[in-house]
Amino acid sequence: MDAALRRIGFQPRGLAPFLPRLRLLHLVGAVVLGVLGAPIAAGLVFTVLPSFGYLPSIGGDRLSLQPWRDLFGTPGFAASLGLTVSTGLAATVLGLVLSFAFCAVVHGRMRERGADGLLAPLLAAPHAAMAIGLAFLMAPSGWLFRITSPWLTGYEVPPDLATVQDQWGAALIIGLLIKELPFLLIVILAALNQIPVDQQMRAGRALGYGQGIVWIKIVAPQVYAQIRLPVFVVLVFSLSVVDMALILAPTNPPPLSVVAFRWFMSPDVTRFLPAAAAATLQLVMVVAAVGLWRLGERGIGWGGLWWTTRGGRGVTGEPGLKLAAAFGMAVLMLGFGSLVALAIWSVAWRWPFPDALPSTWSLHIWSRQIHALAWPFGNTVALAAVTTVLAALLAIVWLEAEDRAGVKRGTAVFHPVYVPLLLPQIAFMFGAQVLVAKIRIDGTFLAVAWAHLLFVFPYVLLALADPWKALDPRYGRSAAALGVSPSATLIRVKLPILLKPILIASAIGFAVSVAQYLPTLFVGGGRVATLTTEAVAIASSGDRRVVGVLAFLQILLPLAVYLAALLIPRIVFANRRGLARR
Amino acid sequence: MTNALIIRSATISIGGRILVSNLNLVVEPGTAVTIMGPSGSGKSTLIAFIGGHLDRPFHATGRVLVGERDVTELPPERRGIGMLFQDDLLFPHLSVGANLAFGLPASKKDRRVRRAHVAQALEEAELSGFEERDPATLSGGQRARIALMRTLLAAPKALLLDEPFSKLDSELRRDFRRFVFDRATADRLPVLLVTHDPDDAAAANGEILTLGPQVE
Repeated sequence: MDAALRRIGFQPRGLAPFLPRLRLLHLVGAVVLGVLGAPIAAGLVFTVLPSFGYLPSIGGDRLSLQPWRDLFGTPGFAASLGLTVSTGLAATVLGLVLSFAFCAVVHGRMRERGADGLLAPLLAAPHAAMAIGLAFLMAPSGWLFRITSPWLTGYEVPPDLATVQDQWGAALIIGLLIKELPFLLIVILAALNQIPVDQQMRAGRALGYGQGIVWIKIVAPQVYAQIRLPVFVVLVFSLSVVDMALILAPTNPPPLSVVAFRWFMSPDVTRFLPAAAAATLQLVMVVAAVGLWRLGERGIGWGGLWWTTRGGRGVTGEPGLKLAAAFGMAVLMLGFGSLVALAIWSVAWRWPFPDALPSTWSLHIWSRQIHALAWPFGNTVALAAVTTVLAALLAIVWLEAEDRAGVKRGTAVFHPVYVPLLLPQIAFMFGAQVLVAKIRIDGTFLAVAWAHLLFVFPYVLLALADPWKALDPRYGRSAAALGVSPSATLIRVKLPILLKPILIASAIGFAVSVAQYLPTLFVGGGRVATLTTEAVAIASSGDRRVVGVLAFLQILLPLAVYLAALLIPRIVFANRRGLARR
Repeated sequence: MTNALIIRSATISIGGRILVSNLNLVVEPGTAVTIMGPSGSGKSTLIAFIGGHLDRPFHATGRVLVGERDVTELPPERRGIGMLFQDDLLFPHLSVGANLAFGLPASKKDRRVRRAHVAQALEEAELSGFEERDPATLSGGQRARIALMRTLLAAPKALLLDEPFSKLDSELRRDFRRFVFDRATADRLPVLLVTHDPDDAAAANGEILTLGPQVE
């Protein structure tokens, strides 16, 4: 029985079909590396070099430390640095504390699907629009003062208070929180699906622990381990935000990112060099902050373990948790208030100060702005649509290639594709501008779409990866056992079952593109106007009613796409209970 | 008639641990062989090997033949081996009828012929007229029968059963078991059943193979 004894080495799935599958993954990897990696690498290099005086296009051809001396010698430099560190860390820590407390108190009472719909407007709203809305709400002549004046505050005219752009950066922290709290809530809710919370809660309470404390001692550490990547994204963003800071942060001195931004935008090209130094410093600071954060994680890990094993039942801690949750709720309310304030101002005609609502309403501003807005609106939609479709296709091919190569995504959440989200935009957007100028596509739609893709793709992949991996692999095996090829299985089985997560991921990608400010401005060379660049440009100068129209439109667009993503699967699969529940 | 399912010197290991050692097996058409063994003994791994779904960390040697045809190097979709899992795995986005039509080979092109096949399959499953139903609205027993009909419509040359009865309650289980084995015998399919229920093995009415605890 020669044949029976012959042992033939054999790869799973058979050698012949296996090799091309591995190559597909390599191919996708190479495409992603080229599309995402090249501009980032070039962007960093072309930002760091000018910070040491090397920028031949403006005559800087010798390395020197002069840009750094200029930066350090700028009046208010130390205050800028301090402001950046304090606002960034405060926003991240507060965001985490409030989101965990909020979940601890409301979890079980808030079903995830309800949360999706409720948080959608806050998640979809671009940062700039949210900042403008918050300014409309909090400014001395804003809605909060109008509602409470004069009966509570006694003001007949707007008071002379710096409630926005205050010197401590409190308005900026609140603005960041309004955007970050919903984001953290959504990732926490997703992480909770992986944990048998109800059983653990029953076990913990049977041992005499209060509900909130079981949450903090038992559930929260498991959740945190799963959401580290989003937390780092939040940390990096908070430390380096530009568009929100332009609207909400103090101006004299401004945070470091705004210092760099102003110099980059300056008509005086010699300012590029200290600007590059400030941008590089921003990068160094973010790396240091991430390192510090990881040390903090360890410390809290040890302390938390000691605290948890000490056995305190923590029933007395409940009021503190409830207070923090109430703060969280207040932040969300401010967010919704900002959206409503934008909507009202966009249709206000006359609105004298202490009145709670406009005395005359009108759509006049909308109709007057339609002409001016058509072009930025078209640009915004086209950029978002093109980058979202590309990113979704790329993510699907990527995940399918991983499936075919048998790659199992383990617990490691860090992956090179998320690098764009972990770098300060200001630290490589100038360099990216240099790159697109070198290949002569600066200021084109193509270049801006490319820049948007750097951020749209990681978010789409991040949103799609979990549901994709959660799909029962036996569906694919069933199809194969019925004689259906892998590609047909992808199109006829996997994609339809995953329609909802694909649409949601796309809606997130769309919102990310609409929100982009720095990439649009830098790589577009100011020549590709979008709703976001226009809104930030007129935010502080213009008529509130005009700004309101612009910012509200900026929110409506991604929100409409998000709602469509929620509705389409319900319509398509109206008669499919197995999918409606998904 | 030489479409027996033949396993020759199958050895499957993971990280140096041998799960299946030099297994030789011939399942004649119209008969069923049962593989029993405790959890973790490699029953399902063996099924995955035969079906072509073995995961990456496993290493396997040996041949799988369907009749004269060596299918070892073929991808699962070209082996002609049908499979039933613990769950019915009806595709949730397709109607019952569309699930069945998904199983029918594309070589049957005429729409009326395809529809007739689906209708006949439903009739055999005693579910006539269920074409437009959402699979999620069917009972467990009904779903199981549809899953089997879907598998049979693909005209497999052999049938692998990976504990497909274990999630049904005892009465349903007896009915569905009889349904599966009657159909398999009628179509003269070689059947390989993995289970840990002795009643399943008895119903299969064939050779019983027990995978022992693993050899280090």
